[in-house]
Amino acid sequence: MLEIRQLSVRYGRAVQALRGVSLAVPAGGVVAVLGSNGAGKTTLLRAVSGTLPLHRGSIDAGDVTFDGARLARRDPADIVAAGVVGVPEGRRVFGRLTVDENLRAGAIGARDRRSRTAARERVYATFPRLAERRDQRARLLSGGEQQMLAIARGLMAGPRLLLLDEPSLGLAPRVVTQVADVVRQISAQGTSVLLVEQNAAMALAVSDHAYVLALGRVALERPSAELAGSAEMRRVYLGEAAWNEHEATPTEREASGTERRPA
Amino acid sequence: MSNLVELVINGLSLGSIYALIALGFVVIFKATEVVNFAHGSMLMLGAYVIAATHGRIGFPAAVAAGLATAATVGLLIDRLLVSRLRRRSHTALAIVTIGVDIVLGAELARRVGTEVLNMGDPWLDHTWRVAGFTFPVSRLAAIAVALVLIVAFAALVRYTDWGVAMRAAAEDAEAASLMGIRLGRVSMVAWVVAGVLAAVAGLFLATFPSPGLSATASTTALRAFPAVVVGGMDSLSGAVVGGLVIGLAETLAAGYSEQLLFLGRGLGDVAPYAVMIAVLLWRPTGLFGTRELSRV
Repeated sequence: MLEIRQLSVRYGRAVQALRGVSLAVPAGGVVAVLGSNGAGKTTLLRAVSGTLPLHRGSIDAGDVTFDGARLARRDPADIVAAGVVGVPEGRRVFGRLTVDENLRAGAIGARDRRSRTAARERVYATFPRLAERRDQRARLLSGGEQQMLAIARGLMAGPRLLLLDEPSLGLAPRVVTQVADVVRQISAQGTSVLLVEQNAAMALAVSDHAYVLALGRVALERPSAELAGSAEMRRVYLGEAAWNEHEATPTEREASGTERRPA
Repeated sequence: MSNLVELVINGLSLGSIYALIALGFVVIFKATEVVNFAHGSMLMLGAYVIAATHGRIGFPAAVAAGLATAATVGLLIDRLLVSRLRRRSHTALAIVTIGVDIVLGAELARRVGTEVLNMGDPWLDHTWRVAGFTFPVSRLAAIAVALVLIVAFAALVRYTDWGVAMRAAAEDAEAASLMGIRLGRVSMVAWVVAGVLAAVAGLFLATFPSPGLSATASTTALRAFPAVVVGGMDSLSGAVVGGLVIGLAETLAAGYSEQLLFLGRGLGDVAPYAVMIAVLLWRPTGLFGTRELSRV
């Protein structure tokens, strides 16, 4: 469904954020992207959703296609119309708008009114708490409720692929469990999900397949069940590799560098 | 006492005109973060087209032509300049609007010259006497038209897709574009709406008791700037309140200048800025504003 091939992204002239990243999200699948701060996770989502120019970033090599149609370098609104919607990191709900208006803003990318009303009913059924608070300003919601609203807003345009950027960020463990349930529900309703997370336990629990990014490259790629608890995962993701590299001699570092490249 | 009532009505009338100018200014700032220094010329262009065409095509058609021209200029500024430079700095764009203002303002001043153009409006210098008070009809018309436009504008912002998109984009442009909101379209409509509001304000600034449209009209429009600052750069309701406050302050200070002579002459011209400074000392973001002015 979503196909990313050898994608390289840079910000300005100097900062190379992604180097030849390839990744695929199959129809109906949940794919997780893990990695520490600065690994390039958010950049990857920006490249898919077309918002790189807002950060002075650009794709300098590679391709992003969705059902065969090219997404790279297209307008964010066109990408939404194609069925790919992003939920930004840090919730970013429109605080001065009411819950209902936030959902309406999310539906502007969807064209006809009937599908909007249907989407709103579906979203309120999935998130009953939001229905209770529909006329409240979004900034008065709790952190967890705001995250639910951000996801709900993303669902309003009726996406076939939802991009979630760190939905568990800053939330209490109980709420993280709720977010995980919501991701499973969205997937069960037939929407594919590309989930970027630092919370590896949560991400691996809800996804079928996972990629680990390190320094703008895919360091590891496995079915999620295999990756959970594996020593390799701990080595790459929790920084043991970085630590060892630091200690290693230059030749050894080079060797481990080639080893970590995707097959 | 009768003097006070008349002054208050005149002040509200002037204030509602300032409110229209301020609304256009604020909606552009909210939608694009651009401070539009060409607002005065857009206003004067609308008024000039009305003054220049009413003799041939009649007043209603001339008004339509004036509004359309100002809206078109807004559209052109957005399409040719703002949309191309949006990803650069907002300061650069503000400076570009100064350039537009100079070019447009100079041409209009050249055309108007030393003349004072009649607007061809049906209100002339008619007055309306009621209960011992005398009100110029043109002032009452200004209040009525401004009221209708402000209500219509509020409904546009509150209930339409464009309004929701504009408010969403004003809060978080990136999140809005992730939702499929086209920032370019939000900006375009803002410029067109601002052009229309400015042209209406231009019409009423040049009707009685003003003698007509003169080459200085665009500087008169600058008096709405204190209104914007008083209300808060990014607040639409603030623009309306700020407009009314400044209009009242200016009219009352001018009306009671005899009694206030110890402060010096020409107090009406100073009052808007005095109010602005007082408000800024108390609330640096204006009465209803949230954003610091550091972008300007």
